[in-house]
Amino acid sequence: MFSTRNFNRSKPVLFILILFPSLLWAYQFVTGNLGVNPIEKLMDELGLMALRLIIITLMITTLSNIKPLKSIVVLRRMIGLFAFYYVCLHFSTYIVLDHFLDMQFIIQDIIKRPFITFGFISFLFLIPLASTSTNNMIKRLGFKLWKKIHYLIYPVAILASMHFYVLVRADKTEPVIYMGIIILLLLHRIFKRLTRPQLAQ
Amino acid sequence: MKILGSEITPYKTYLNRRKFIKGSLASAMVATVTSSAFANHDSDLSIYTKNLNENDKLNSYEEITTYNNFYEFGTHKKHPHLNSGNFKPRPWTIKIDGLVKKPQTFDLEKILSNVTIEDRVYRLRCVEAWSMVIPWQGFQLSELIKMAEPLSSAKYLQFVTVFRPEEMPGQQKRTIIWPYREGLRMDEAMNPLTILATGLYGHEMPNQNGAPIRLVVPWKYGFKSIKSIVEIRFLDTQPETSWETLAPWEYGFYANVNPNVNHPRWSQGTERRIGEFKRRETLMFNGYEEEVAHLYKDLDLTKFY
Repeated sequence: MFSTRNFNRSKPVLFILILFPSLLWAYQFVTGNLGVNPIEKLMDELGLMALRLIIITLMITTLSNIKPLKSIVVLRRMIGLFAFYYVCLHFSTYIVLDHFLDMQFIIQDIIKRPFITFGFISFLFLIPLASTSTNNMIKRLGFKLWKKIHYLIYPVAILASMHFYVLVRADKTEPVIYMGIIILLLLHRIFKRLTRPQLAQ
Repeated sequence: MKILGSEITPYKTYLNRRKFIKGSLASAMVATVTSSAFANHDSDLSIYTKNLNENDKLNSYEEITTYNNFYEFGTHKKHPHLNSGNFKPRPWTIKIDGLVKKPQTFDLEKILSNVTIEDRVYRLRCVEAWSMVIPWQGFQLSELIKMAEPLSSAKYLQFVTVFRPEEMPGQQKRTIIWPYREGLRMDEAMNPLTILATGLYGHEMPNQNGAPIRLVVPWKYGFKSIKSIVEIRFLDTQPETSWETLAPWEYGFYANVNPNVNHPRWSQGTERRIGEFKRRETLMFNGYEEEVAHLYKDLDLTKFY
């Protein structure tokens, strides 16, 4: 049985582990060690990291259904915020490094290219999640409303994986794996809800 | 035009030069194992740079050989460099068939002894909106076409890449339908810009760049420049090509570089030149408008993309 305290204690280590890749890529980017197309590489790595973290937050909820891992849910907020952190870096790389703040082009790109549209909406939906992540906000909104807002993580995950899927030219294995995991996690939630004892009565 | 009329080197001298380069490479590597093993072509750059447009700069050997689209070795850009070590580009033959006087199989060495190897510095524009400037060595495709003696009914050429899943791990997975196929119209194939390349930077063609012989059609997106060619068919109808078969709404038979016709998933208006920070404007026909625009004067390029 892992206690809340166990998980809380692991937080500083996790924090450094999840933060580290971004520092490493930034360092490699600045020193010219990110391959021959560093902007593309940076954007890909940041985006993939964000998608993985989003999936991990969904997994945490599922894992917390297993009795001994019940308290793992205390890690979810930090990882969710890190997902937002990586999405922000990914998006700013696209805007600043890839397109040099050419806003006219970027707006056209977001409207015209489905995969960018998916990614952009996914980013927008993450903003309310990140900004309501404090205990204080949960109190102010009330748990019910807060929870409703946080259901946005489902469209976020689906859109983010579609963003990846559409972007790949030929070998779709990797995005399909991520989509598959997301679908399984969602199916598990639906199944749980359907088989739950009727609390509402 | 700044790409032609460059060093015309007979194949034998060319081989000697290559031997020399190899020799100096070996000694360079003994001296400093950690420094770039490719320093040797840097000492020799003037051969290539004099053929450059003023706005262009050669990409390095390292850039050209570590960032490739060659799905036969895997779908990531670094895969061809990492996974092509077991590929054996010699001995090599090219089968010529279809509408020719006499279908036959040429030994690559025999072809090479009948042609003039020259340097051609070309821009390469990938359909994914990145580009490079590459110093190729090769010969005009028209020379091989003459050797093949096509019938007058031959209007198109189809090219086929080798299929060796045991040496090309990417072929063990059906990402695209193997073997890779490409095609050109006869007049495109006969254009003096179209070459069969057998080397780059004075080296034999590296495996990851399409050893031992590949097509280079500089005014078309990179995927038209098929690698490791084993067969050329002369046909009277437009041949089927790999990317067009996979996604006809995204990739056409012509695939001319055209900043005004976007790929459905991204803009073709700009490109990232590998090694540069800011994007560049993409040029019509990749900057070879003067040489090739006449080929398409009766063609609606938005329809025949």
